Amino acid sequence: MTAIVVFIDQINASGTLHSTSQQLLTLARSAGEAVVVVAGPVSEDLAAELGVHGVARVLHSEQSELADFLIAPKADLVAQVAASVSASAVLLENSPAGKEIAARVGVALNAGVITDAVTVENQGGALLAHKSVLAGSYMVQAQATSAVTVISVKSHSVEARAAAQTVVPVVERIEVTFGPASLGARIIRRTSRTASGRPELEDARIVVAGGRGLDGDFGPVEELADVLGAAVGASRAATDAGWISHAAQVGQTGKKVSPQLYISVGISGAIQQKAGMQTSKVIVAVNKDSESPVFEIADFGIVGDLFKVLPQAVEEIKRRRS
Amino acid sequence: MENAALNIVVLVKYVPDTQFDRHLTGENHRLDRNESILSELDEYALEAALAITDDRGGAKAGNFVTALTLGPASAVAAVKKSLQIGATSGVHVSDEALAGSDAWSTSLALAAAVRTLGPVDLIITGMSSTDGETSLVPTQLAARLGLPAITFASSLELDGTTVTARRDGDDVSEDIQATLPVLVSVTDQANEPRYPNFKGILAAKKKKITTLSLADIGLSADAVGHIGSLTRVDSAAERPARTAGTIITDAGDAGIQLVDFLAAQKLI
Ligand SMILES: Cc1cc2nc3c(=O)[nH]c(=O)nc-3n(C[C@H](O)[C@H](O)[C@H](O)COP(=O)(O)OP(=O)(O)OC[C@H]3O[C@@H](n4cnc5c(N)ncnc54)[C@H](O)[C@@H]3O)c2cc1C
Repeated sequence: MTAIVVFIDQINASGTLHSTSQQLLTLARSAGEAVVVVAGPVSEDLAAELGVHGVARVLHSEQSELADFLIAPKADLVAQVAASVSASAVLLENSPAGKEIAARVGVALNAGVITDAVTVENQGGALLAHKSVLAGSYMVQAQATSAVTVISVKSHSVEARAAAQTVVPVVERIEVTFGPASLGARIIRRTSRTASGRPELEDARIVVAGGRGLDGDFGPVEELADVLGAAVGASRAATDAGWISHAAQVGQTGKKVSPQLYISVGISGAIQQKAGMQTSKVIVAVNKDSESPVFEIADFGIVGDLFKVLPQAVEEIKRRRS
Repeated sequence: MENAALNIVVLVKYVPDTQFDRHLTGENHRLDRNESILSELDEYALEAALAITDDRGGAKAGNFVTALTLGPASAVAAVKKSLQIGATSGVHVSDEALAGSDAWSTSLALAAAVRTLGPVDLIITGMSSTDGETSLVPTQLAARLGLPAITFASSLELDGTTVTARRDGDDVSEDIQATLPVLVSVTDQANEPRYPNFKGILAAKKKKITTLSLADIGLSADAVGHIGSLTRVDSAAERPARTAGTIITDAGDAGIQLVDFLAAQKLI
């Protein structure tokens, strides 16, 4: 069976399998035999979880360069393993790092790269990727025409499922030769941010996003998000103002989200904001200006003051639940 | 030590204006490039280059900022705009055979073009194009040229030959250091791009734009374009445009109506 390489990053990681990786493994299994490449250590927990996903072979490296330099050494690792197992495909998560590894593996293996895949199907051995392009205005099907296919896959592309049979993976430690330029961009400091405890934006079923209309106070948005179990997003105006972390920005230069429900609050709906949210299933907008472009794409719009509408909705949800 | 003059290349792309509807056309589902402009994300790359060279005495001190584009004849407009903003010269890689190039063959041609420009200290790009939006080309260009890459820099400083940049991830920020030559892609957090002024627009008319064909950069037609690319788009379906739904004006109970709506949609 053809080898499908799945990359899992365990540098500064928890030692467990992230849900996105589980999805990639499910996908890989449907197309061939998943061979897992890990940057960093393979904990007992991780090995056991990989076994549940039917992974028989794990190759990993704990070389310090993988942690000390920006991304390129990880790409060297993935490319060298993919070449050595004659992989027909390499699957990566669609994070900035995942896409950068994809780009580099593409050059190293003369392989076509497709990013931002929302689904991947196996058609007689060819992997067909579906992705949304031009800010969600088209859905395209694309494929690589090279011997090796490299795809970075967005989360929720498939429902993660355990393999029919659990195996005990063989874990092999390897040493990679790094390209000279791969050791050129050194990480001299890492500063962690505290986690909000809320769902991740790109994973969330519901997103409540706030904009300049919040006037510095994200309280109403956070309270609504918390009663709905939602992630909190923001417009660039709100992140630029420093009211919330830049990681919360939704849009052309922020996160691209397509949740079941996107509640836009005090956001005008500029083209760059729409680029990150208009593929959401249902859009609700609260804005005091009836002329705001956001209303052109809202399934349900409220022209009103967010500081009145949101607290009332929060109270009503709590009342109905009690 | 005196800082040496810099040779900086900025990648600029001519892309359909995102303010208008954009369309895929023809058998190969190529992007209709009418109503195109210099990608707004490349303005941040230009600004980063100009800020660095301004610091070192600008063009007068022998610093070069070359705006490099690859695209059809009309794409020269992106170079011209870059010259108005302040780039010192332009290079336009243009050849019929390049049409339909994916990231893999675009980066191949850009690498070949950069090699014709002599020793380059710094290549600066935007964080992504606003049309393809893959962010693949900067990294692939660096890989092909054997340069270290710092992607998604939200700040960029040059001290002597040492580049320092910050990258803001979801749960961690990283400070990155590299020594020239290096490729950096900058985000829209990196700076505030300048606009072309009257003087800049006049000065641009005298600046040189070099057009390079595939032969000039030493590539054959089958290495690039539709033939050389390693990906292909099989089909494209336009999504129906979103339409406005129910819009209400708050009369004191909009919060409750919002909950009614969510309940009716089975979202709570
Ligand atoms: C290169 C580039 C990239 C960009 N990328 C992004 C991006 O990724 N994401 C993004 O969001 N933007 C992005 N932008 C910025 C974008 O163009 C807009 O400037 C931004 O989205 C505006 O944010 P906003 O809607 O919060 O603010 P505004 O446009 O100022 O809108 C605020 C809204 O709040 C409403 N409001 C005010 N008070 C209340 C109240 N009490 N109750 C209810 N409503 C109220 C107002 O009616 C108004 O509609 C980008 C811009 C550029 C140039």
